[in-house]
Amino acid sequence: MSALDVESATGPATAPPEHGRLFWLLADCGNIVRRGLTHYWRQPVNIAWQLGFPILSVLLYGYVFGSAMTVPGGGDYKDFLMPGMFAMTMAFGFINTATVVVYDSTKGVVDRFRSMPMSSSAVVAGRGVTDLVVACAELAIMMLTAVAMGWRPDGGWGFLAAFGLLLWLRFALIWIGVWLGLLVPNPEAAGGLFAVAFPLTMISSIFVAPQLMPEWLGWVAAWNPISSTAAAVRDLFGTPVGGGDSWVEQHALLMAGVWPVVLTAVFLPLAVRRFQRLSR
Amino acid sequence: MSERHAVRAEGLAKSYGDKHALDGFDLTVREGTVHGLLGPNGAGKTTAVRILSTLIGLDGGRAEVAGLDVARQAREVRARIGLTGQYAAVDEVLTGRQNLEMFGRLFHLGGRRARARAVELLEQFDLTDAADRGVGKYSGGMRRRLDLAASMILAPAVLFLDEPTTGLDPRSRGEVWASVRDLVASGTTVLLTTQYLEEADKLASRITVIDRGRAIADDTPDGLKDLVGGDRIEVVVADRAEIPGVVKTVARVCEGEPEVENEALRVHAPVTDRVSALTEVARTLQDEGVAVEDIGLRRPSLDDVFLRLTGHRTSAEPVRHAEKEAMAA
Repeated sequence: MSALDVESATGPATAPPEHGRLFWLLADCGNIVRRGLTHYWRQPVNIAWQLGFPILSVLLYGYVFGSAMTVPGGGDYKDFLMPGMFAMTMAFGFINTATVVVYDSTKGVVDRFRSMPMSSSAVVAGRGVTDLVVACAELAIMMLTAVAMGWRPDGGWGFLAAFGLLLWLRFALIWIGVWLGLLVPNPEAAGGLFAVAFPLTMISSIFVAPQLMPEWLGWVAAWNPISSTAAAVRDLFGTPVGGGDSWVEQHALLMAGVWPVVLTAVFLPLAVRRFQRLSR
Repeated sequence: MSERHAVRAEGLAKSYGDKHALDGFDLTVREGTVHGLLGPNGAGKTTAVRILSTLIGLDGGRAEVAGLDVARQAREVRARIGLTGQYAAVDEVLTGRQNLEMFGRLFHLGGRRARARAVELLEQFDLTDAADRGVGKYSGGMRRRLDLAASMILAPAVLFLDEPTTGLDPRSRGEVWASVRDLVASGTTVLLTTQYLEEADKLASRITVIDRGRAIADDTPDGLKDLVGGDRIEVVVADRAEIPGVVKTVARVCEGEPEVENEALRVHAPVTDRVSALTEVARTLQDEGVAVEDIGLRRPSLDDVFLRLTGHRTSAEPVRHAEKEAMAA
């Protein structure tokens, strides 16, 4: 390559930033999202696993547990279980976030991004948007499966609000995922997060109403943020079954809005600080 | 600051807790050259490059890259540098073309120019046939070339190159070396970090030796070798019992004390009058009936330079874990 070739190349010099910072933040973010979605496209096994697991969960819990479970106060167990499954899948999503983040940061991809004249917030923001897009796909596929099994939610605004609340929970958990992804030392360790996530989602109102549990456990389950989201979307789907009498259960809709704010307020700064620590 | 210096660092300091990764490190790299940065594990090579490439901040001193201050003008520096090897990676899941297009867009070339630039670079680095295969399936040499290509999207003023040919077969090694020489011919300055002295010797016109966070030598490869002394005579014997006798013989012709490597059954020492020293030692050993496995003259290697400067040999272990751990601490 001679100096002359560099001159004739399309991109030899620096590109003058003709646009403002916000434009480039959005543009860079879009490119990171495109990368994230291309990863799914190029790894069909991953997407099959990630979308297959929720479908399998719906089928498995619906048919295996469905016949044996009762809902306090009456009602169809499907109406109780399905919204819980949706909330659980959103909750487990932080593991996906953490896995990708730990992989990118340990393999040096994040370092290349950080060595480029791009917006560094776009690296994290792009991750978040990618995860929300994937979460939409997960929810859509689970809901179709649930409908095929006889689940009949109300349509309309309530349905959209429920969908939004589920994504709202997922959004809050992105920051836990980013924080953990930057905290754990290697991708193998990220696999261990499932062991932490599993009890945290079980001790909730996803599968069983808290009032059927031992009193202290029921109290913990009722205050689990996932329970609030599950109960709130049961209401919004027009199937308010299995609700309890405690204050937090009576105010599920409020708490489904508040919990993600609390989680974001705690973990977004932690994640940002962890990201800035990369520069130390 | 003179425009002829692509990199200038003065008194760089960086600590992690009690550990001083850099402790008053100085470096000057002339524009348009390959400059070797050499040092053992944990000497501070990685820390120095991470500071110069704006990945981490510095605790003391100042550094300019392409005439820009790395602390105050980080974003401008980033538009003028390229990073390869352990410092920055390509995406393993995407194809070679997707990688270059993505990085091109993130360099703000815009979609059309990013695509065109990717085609050019794939052609230039001989990756056109593999363009649409996942990088995970690339050979070591192909990956190294893609890594170089990704660093070349904006034709950087300064390229930070890390052990570019480690683990490559001779053919790929030659290809990578040729690519590096092309880049330098087109005006890029290369800062090459390596533990492999042979590689620095091959590529670099000047070498800085770093140890315990400080630059302890800065010279041409030949200059460093002269620092150690000129040629050395080297005798390898068949039997360990012969070593004391050989030491005595060699000591008569050499300057200073002969060095003995017992495990290798080797005795070596610096000499000035090369041929006569060799002839004399060979004749004496033959007269004494010593069983000699090998005898000859050897130019000092950079290994010798290193041993002399730091008191310890280089180690072949990768540097990244030691320094990464120091950073995490």
